[in-house]
Amino acid sequence: MSQATESTYYVPHLAKWPIVGSVGLTLAAVGGALYLNGDTGPWLLYAGLAVIVYMMFGWFGEVIAESEGGMYNQRVDTSFRMGMIWFIFSEVMFFAVFFGALFYARMFSVPWLGGEGTGYATGALLWQGYEGVWPTNGPANLGGEFETIPAFGLPLINTLILLTSGLTVTLAHHALKKSNRRALVGWLLATVVLGFTFVYLQATEYIEAYHELNLTLGSGIYGSTFFMLTGFHGLHVTLGAIMLLVIAIRAMRGHFTPEHHFAFEAVAWYWHFVDVVWLALFIFVYIL
Amino acid sequence: MSHATTHEHDHHDEKPKGFVKRWLLTTNHKDIGTLYLIFALIMFFIGGAMALIIRLELFQPGLQFVQPDFFNQLTTVHALAMIFGAVMPAFVGLANWMIPMMIGAPDMALPRMNNWSFWIMPFAFAILLSTFFMDGGAPAAGWTMYPPLVLQGGKNVAFMVFAIHLMGISSIMGAINIIATVLNMRAPGMDFLKMPLFVWTWLITAFLLIAVMPVLAGAVTMILTDHYFGTSFFNAAGGGDPVLYQHIFWFFGHPEVYILILPAFGVISEIIPAFARKPLFGYTAMVYATASIAFLSFIVWAHHMFTVGMPLGGELFFMYATMLIAIPTGVKIFNWVSTMWQGAMTFEAPMLWAIAFVVLFTIGGFSGIMLAIAPADFQYHDTYFVVAHFHYVLVTGAVFAIIAAVYYWLPKWTGHMYDEKLAKWHFWLSVISVNVLFFPQHFLGLAGMPRRIPDYATQFVEFNMISSIGAFVFGFSQLLFVYLVWKTAKGGEKASSRVWKGAKGLEWTVPSPAPHHTFQDNAPVNDADLAHGSAH
Repeated sequence: MSQATESTYYVPHLAKWPIVGSVGLTLAAVGGALYLNGDTGPWLLYAGLAVIVYMMFGWFGEVIAESEGGMYNQRVDTSFRMGMIWFIFSEVMFFAVFFGALFYARMFSVPWLGGEGTGYATGALLWQGYEGVWPTNGPANLGGEFETIPAFGLPLINTLILLTSGLTVTLAHHALKKSNRRALVGWLLATVVLGFTFVYLQATEYIEAYHELNLTLGSGIYGSTFFMLTGFHGLHVTLGAIMLLVIAIRAMRGHFTPEHHFAFEAVAWYWHFVDVVWLALFIFVYIL
Repeated sequence: MSHATTHEHDHHDEKPKGFVKRWLLTTNHKDIGTLYLIFALIMFFIGGAMALIIRLELFQPGLQFVQPDFFNQLTTVHALAMIFGAVMPAFVGLANWMIPMMIGAPDMALPRMNNWSFWIMPFAFAILLSTFFMDGGAPAAGWTMYPPLVLQGGKNVAFMVFAIHLMGISSIMGAINIIATVLNMRAPGMDFLKMPLFVWTWLITAFLLIAVMPVLAGAVTMILTDHYFGTSFFNAAGGGDPVLYQHIFWFFGHPEVYILILPAFGVISEIIPAFARKPLFGYTAMVYATASIAFLSFIVWAHHMFTVGMPLGGELFFMYATMLIAIPTGVKIFNWVSTMWQGAMTFEAPMLWAIAFVVLFTIGGFSGIMLAIAPADFQYHDTYFVVAHFHYVLVTGAVFAIIAAVYYWLPKWTGHMYDEKLAKWHFWLSVISVNVLFFPQHFLGLAGMPRRIPDYATQFVEFNMISSIGAFVFGFSQLLFVYLVWKTAKGGEKASSRVWKGAKGLEWTVPSPAPHHTFQDNAPVNDADLAHGSAH
């Protein structure tokens, strides 16, 4: 057994986790499809998700052990960085789709249904009397009358929470660079708490939307875009907060050095990414 | 942990023992490349079998063999299998095999993730193909999955959407790996403008993949929620718009067609100089042309939707933007021709396929320009002319390039020369039959035969019969290819390191078959070995 030297690129052998991950994904996909079709309960979906979680523990555990064991040189580190950057770029494109749907609905389909521009005949012949004004659940009033969530209540508080969490994670990074482990762990945990507080407030907002405002997924295009955008964002915040928690636990165990802490940076990038997405959401979904 | 026990084998050409260790748990770029290529070949035959049932039904008007709904399932899954199951994995397989060897890297940048990228694919396609055996059958709304039709699918909708999600995860991870490999793993001295064009085209393709696979994922996610969760993205009654889907889909779909063809351009740019015994004409122009095509691919999507009722300004913009693509594509074609000009050419199988590519892909490109003309497209839209067009660019384009690549690099992979005589039989049978198959479809389309129908009016009989005959000859000719590859893998005349006299590039400096682990870090890069080493 030899340690990797600075000059050799570490190439792992016998990767057993990918196939576990594939089995997990497949169980989740098949289970999810069967459940959506009403053929079975959700148990197969849960089993698949459990396998995926197991895989992530195993896979990341192996990578962390290798990293702490000094197997990775600078070049391996660069590969990981590129991997994370391009993964985040793919996420940007994923969110862009739903923002695109929102803009398209607001700029084109809703005004056209209201008879604007080339949609004159559509408005006059199919949906007479429909105004085509945002927010809307469409000319057929799908889901019934609804109210929207005012921007400058809970959403503003959530904006401040996420912006603060962006600051705390940066403070944690500075602490790490100065080898101040107490401050590192403290700021990380503060970020985690802020993250989960955000998710909690989003959940209360959803409950209010469904029970008080009659704003649901079925509330036409407004409900569709609102819940799709905020829902996927909330999911990402949840995942990001869990990732931060893992980093905090690793920091408590003495992982990371001031020079060598890619995992920390990757999670911080991810966190800033969900932060920026939220700002776009706050402007385009809540304010405008 | 596993690395401790296997590390001592690192520097030898020793493959892991046992099927599971060798193939299921592999992190070796060559083995993963082989897996991709075998998977692609299997999907090529599954998708091909569907195509043959389609052509069998269309041999005569009337319904003889299949019901219309099953016919629609076949056209839908044929396309999904060929695009996501055959052509894309085949190119990823070639990338896996060749990119580390071409740039002097020890392996792909993220070898474990490389394994996962592959091993998602068989599961994703098992899920997709399983829909044939469930209530209501497979998806039948076409591979473009347009709502509202696709929303009327039965239980297959969720399976289709999740299968596409899995394929997307696989593609994105594969693309990330390729970018990280090309940017980070080049041996010292392998400058960007010394990289082989295959590496260049794949680098740009990988950017496209990461940019648009999430877009497809988002589009099908909205299909899922519209079908199962009562959202109204594509429902006008709720303020949405089915046309929104088309915009999103083709924002993915147009870059996707370049994902299918750019690596083919790379392959052809490797092969033609080798057999013309001349450096590639206009190497840097080729690189810039590839990048231009990639950029333009993001601003032309609505040329797939000219008849959907867009505002006039949109029709004009997308028409002119589309025609711009002819410029960088023309640069490529003229450069290939100029490379051959006054070259000392020989016509081994890879070169034959490459020349066929240049000629036949150009036909597909010309019919593409015809389709780009918005007013004319109102006549061609959704006819067999479109079918002819994209089969010229995808079959005689992408698939021909893949076959050319296999003949070109097979001696390097296996250490044996293939049977040249049999390969020529394969080529001539294929190149004649594929034109018998697809060329008459231009006439069918111009005469007004719609695509995706199981039955047709009697004036279309002759051309359909000719086309079906071509289909069966072409399909069965490919069995010859399988036999040839299998025979070459088993044995045959020993291949030298160089294999082809005029071939340049690092891959030809290592023995044939290439050792399981080709290069350590800091592989020696000798400008004289490179195709483009001294030109700059």
